[in-house]
Amino acid sequence: MQQGFLSKNPSVPVFLGILAAFTLLITLTAEGTGTGAVSATFVKVLGRTLCLALIAVAMDLVWGYTGILSLGHFAFFGLGGYMIGMWLMYQRTRDIVVASLADTPIPATETEINDAIGNQIFGVVGSSEFPAIWVFADSLPIQLALVVLVPGVLALVFGWLAFRARVTGVYLSILTQAMTLALALYLFQNESGLRGNNGLSGLQNIPGLEAVPPATVTMWFFWASALALGLGYLLAAWIVSGKFGSVIRGIRDNEARVRFLGYSVEAYKLTVFTLTACIAGVAGALYYPQAGIVNPAEIAPIASIYLAVWVAIGGRGRLYGAVIGAVVVSMLSTWFTGGRAPDINLGFYTIKWVDWWQVALGLSFVLVTLFAPKGIGGLVDIFTDRRKAGVAGEAGK
Amino acid sequence: MSTLLEVSGVSVTFDGFRAINNLSFQIGPAEMRAIIGPNGAGKTTFMDIVTGKTKPDEGRVIWGDENVSLLKMSEAQIARAGIGRKFQKPTVFEEQTVRANLLMALKHERSPLQVLFFKAGPTDAERVEELAAEIGLTEQLERISGELSHGQKQWLEIGMLLAQDPRLLLVDEPAAGMTPSEREHTTSLLVQAAKTRAVVVVEHDMEFVRRLNCKVTVLHEGSVLAEGGLDHVTQNQKVIDVYLGR
Amino acid sequence: MKRILLAFWAVLLWTGLAYAQTGPLQTILQENRDLIEKSSRQTIQPAINAIADSGVPGAADLLVTWEARQMYLRDSDGLFFRGVEEADRNTRLFDLDTGEDMGVYERGAVDQIRPNSGVQGLINAALVRFRLSDPDPKARIAALQSLERRPDAESLELLRDSIPGDPDPAIKARKERLERLLTITYDPDESARIAAIEEMSSEVAVDVRAALNPLVATQTRVFEGAVPADLNVARMLEPGSDALSREAAYEMLVAAGNAPARITPADVKAALGEHVDGGLVGGVPVHSLITDEARYGAYAALVRGGLVPPFLTDDDVERTLAAYTFAEIYSDPSPAITDAAGDALEKIELKVGLYTFVDLVLDALSLTSIYFLAAIGLAVTFGVMGVINMAHGEFIMMGAYTGYVIQQIIPDHTISILVALPVAFVVTFLAGVLLERLVIRWLYDRPLETLLATFGVSIALQQLAKNIFGTQARPLTAPAWLDGAVTFNDVVSISSIRVAIFVLAAIFFALVLLVMKRTRLGLETRAVTQNPRMAASMGIDPNRVNMLTFGLGSGIAGVAGVAIGLFAQVTSELGQAYIVQSFMTVVVGGVGNIWGTLAGAAMIGSLQKGIEFFNPANTLAAQTYMIVFIIIFIQFRPRGIIALRGRAAGD
Repeated sequence: MQQGFLSKNPSVPVFLGILAAFTLLITLTAEGTGTGAVSATFVKVLGRTLCLALIAVAMDLVWGYTGILSLGHFAFFGLGGYMIGMWLMYQRTRDIVVASLADTPIPATETEINDAIGNQIFGVVGSSEFPAIWVFADSLPIQLALVVLVPGVLALVFGWLAFRARVTGVYLSILTQAMTLALALYLFQNESGLRGNNGLSGLQNIPGLEAVPPATVTMWFFWASALALGLGYLLAAWIVSGKFGSVIRGIRDNEARVRFLGYSVEAYKLTVFTLTACIAGVAGALYYPQAGIVNPAEIAPIASIYLAVWVAIGGRGRLYGAVIGAVVVSMLSTWFTGGRAPDINLGFYTIKWVDWWQVALGLSFVLVTLFAPKGIGGLVDIFTDRRKAGVAGEAGK
Repeated sequence: MSTLLEVSGVSVTFDGFRAINNLSFQIGPAEMRAIIGPNGAGKTTFMDIVTGKTKPDEGRVIWGDENVSLLKMSEAQIARAGIGRKFQKPTVFEEQTVRANLLMALKHERSPLQVLFFKAGPTDAERVEELAAEIGLTEQLERISGELSHGQKQWLEIGMLLAQDPRLLLVDEPAAGMTPSEREHTTSLLVQAAKTRAVVVVEHDMEFVRRLNCKVTVLHEGSVLAEGGLDHVTQNQKVIDVYLGR
Repeated sequence: MKRILLAFWAVLLWTGLAYAQTGPLQTILQENRDLIEKSSRQTIQPAINAIADSGVPGAADLLVTWEARQMYLRDSDGLFFRGVEEADRNTRLFDLDTGEDMGVYERGAVDQIRPNSGVQGLINAALVRFRLSDPDPKARIAALQSLERRPDAESLELLRDSIPGDPDPAIKARKERLERLLTITYDPDESARIAAIEEMSSEVAVDVRAALNPLVATQTRVFEGAVPADLNVARMLEPGSDALSREAAYEMLVAAGNAPARITPADVKAALGEHVDGGLVGGVPVHSLITDEARYGAYAALVRGGLVPPFLTDDDVERTLAAYTFAEIYSDPSPAITDAAGDALEKIELKVGLYTFVDLVLDALSLTSIYFLAAIGLAVTFGVMGVINMAHGEFIMMGAYTGYVIQQIIPDHTISILVALPVAFVVTFLAGVLLERLVIRWLYDRPLETLLATFGVSIALQQLAKNIFGTQARPLTAPAWLDGAVTFNDVVSISSIRVAIFVLAAIFFALVLLVMKRTRLGLETRAVTQNPRMAASMGIDPNRVNMLTFGLGSGIAGVAGVAIGLFAQVTSELGQAYIVQSFMTVVVGGVGNIWGTLAGAAMIGSLQKGIEFFNPANTLAAQTYMIVFIIIFIQFRPRGIIALRGRAAGD
């Protein structure tokens, strides 16, 4: 069956091949494992970009294929980061605390250690008590499970409420945006139990790996991100290639018709919404240790809109389009806002990209929507159409 | 004759406008029925009520041998119970192939998980070929259905209905915009279908209704004005008044 | 009163003998000479009191002289004089009692008394009572204000004396009110105090509560045996009750020195640390002391060795506590007074509660009008036309910046705001028309893409504003006549600016309703929205109607921006702050209906204020809960509070 699936979807092996080649190339040239031509810092940027590509794939699944313009998937991404961040921060602080208490005359009790960790972590928000949600923070397996479960359950509950009430189209978008805003505002409070606007920090220090050179750890995360993207892409491609894919694309194009065929549209939407939330959680859990910090500003509604922007620019309704969009736009943004792009001197005015990139991005987005609804991915059609005229690509459009 | 669908005393009001007024209607398990009536007579709303899209303010809609009420069921549940609906405007999934359209409609488990792991077997392929032959689209199976002609889309939609294997088909103006030869094909499709299941056709075109050669129900202002053979109802003075006296 | 004065005179005359040829003021000054010369804020009060309470006619003038640093000490005999500096830095002295010119003295022969500002303040306070009857009304008001800030017992009589003769009814009423308040605190007669308390219990003012609260202040005290009968007991406290935990009760005993302190876990740890001996404490290996039980075990071993003080068991504590009585004692000894004050406060609290609710309603109303203003433009573009414009918030921002720019050109705040309102409308109207023509009209059948395209416009506009105006907040100043607040009493008040915004919101509501229901444009808009093809066939140009309607909605956003800018910070993120709430307002209210938007704003506004009331410290939480509530609300009314029904509503 796998054979048939791959041969029916030529873009999948092509994509996986490119991803593997890219990973190999970076591995051979990176600071941690290869020649050192590529710095560890840049490998981190690349690793993060792969995570963004993964959530873009999830976004494409939910928006490009199912037609739900969710403005909440970055919230799930952030939650994934928070879940892994709790373990990272707890365990790391614990190691430090235990080391610092080692030379007191009387060894510390478990309670004293926990109090000291609480002080370390929550002192910044004027508290020292562990909130109830940290009860599993000492267990890596449980927190790893929560990376998937917390976004999943939130998506399930929210989606159940929203889809049941038949909220569709822009209303659903606004509602998802409201959910995101509510979550961000909640996390901004000091009382949220997740350190308010300080967020969780120091996530780049992986407990137990102090002996491993940081550049090597960076490579591990890079590989993990590449693997996650590959698996996520494969999963998404498999989902959309079968009858399930037919049904969700049917929902996107004509919800009522699907309903009268006897399919429970709400159940399908909920399945896709929840599944993609889980994928987003995984992507976030890989992203934030490479970023070092996760805070509520990351979850703000605008981040989720940017996600939609990537997918639209890349070309929605085709999975590689989402990846292209995420990689191109996020890398360009980093480059332009990083201050390394050369300014343009017009004589009477100098365009500084740091100031004008956002304007250019906004306007280019308007242009893409108006003149190139298929996005960058649409270019691929031009090539394939030339080769085998008339036969449409696997992704539909 | 036993009853497959029984609608009794149904009324529905939109913003003070009574679209359906104390309507009662019955149909047996293998019967063809044409519903005619002027614009705004409530034909589409009647279909909306039977398929669960609109909930009536009062009345009962009873279905099948177990006499279940359709009023508490969702659209999808009603469709799974065996009621298929064809819309006035052809609605097929234009971005997908004819085969994908038919496969999606084929009678199988409908839950997301089962669909996710569904794999079309040889019998499914056979059934799709069979249906395609029936609706005359064998040549078009791999084409994107958006590229089909208007008449072909209508047939595809009828084919999708048949693929569902429903016990009742609700068909809204199937012949609209078709050439005479296409109409003939459509008529034979429907007549063939009515041999094994109930078919309700809503139609404006008297000529088409005459070819169907079946019992006719005339709707007017949300209730049944007359019922019987086409010749019988066209001679009914009230029907003449409604059609000509507007 | 008179008798007291006579007695005072007698004393004065007697002391006057000591300073043969000096007047009464000089006498008092001499009695307090050390204090005056030292002139320290901490010690000067008795000297000031002696002068102020003397009743000598010139006492007030003397205080003024002193405070103005015009009092001098003659070195030769240590007498005080009023001095005036001559041109050649010499000083001419005048007798304080008689005003007689004493001649000019050189600098070295006199010392100027220079009270510092603290002492000056005290002198001023003492002067208050003299000014209560000052012919100048301003002086009287100043004196009253001073007395209101620093009430004292001595002033009560003077205040009472000054009331009948006061010609100004307003000042008189104010004096009478203050007299009641001072009576509550200072009148020696208990029944007069109670009468005053009961009289004032009809008010909710803060100063009344400030006068009453000290009367019911209590102190928790501990007694060996029963509470002495002469104390005014508020209530008895049982250790272990909610009001007084056992630990707190025992702490009181420890603090009073009546019981030994308990051994805390930290004490245990410290004690163990001091007695480590070759890796063992009390015979227990140190590394095993990682539980509390192990530590207590080791500590018990140390106790047995007599090395540390023993633990107090709970039974010990219980026994100690049983020997004492705990009670809350009123600081005021009279039960009649404390009862009356308690009753009065209870009455006042009830009223305060009521007024707090009224205040909350006003707050909610104000927030409602803000949300309504922010959302009403959206009610037109999104609600009526169905266009989802993510740049709507940026139009609000654009309006606010327009107001800022106008204020740079026209400095007068009133005129500039009056100019800014129409200009903001025009600017954002044009921006809206431009956006509609260039972007939105191509996307009418693709709402989700409209959302994303206008989002692109939104981020571009935000960054543009940042590039032009910088990131720091720009002020948009309200006219001075909007600075104050409309105050009903100490509990209920609302700032004028919010009243103005409320009025503006009401005007806009009426205007938009009028435009939509009564004008050709409104009719055509509704026609185009409901059935564009039919409208077109009836000679309506849908392009023109869409353009104008969208411009109208955007223009309203601009005007709202000016209003919002008056109380919020004008930054490039101004619009961002309102956009989600605005969409919520329209959706919750019911799309396509201006009344619905009003209902939505009212619901969201009062809900948020209501939640804030229960958790005032945390507006973030209030917003979170509000959004969660809205998500749930939409379950039950997916089409909003005021929903269109039927086929027109579509699916």
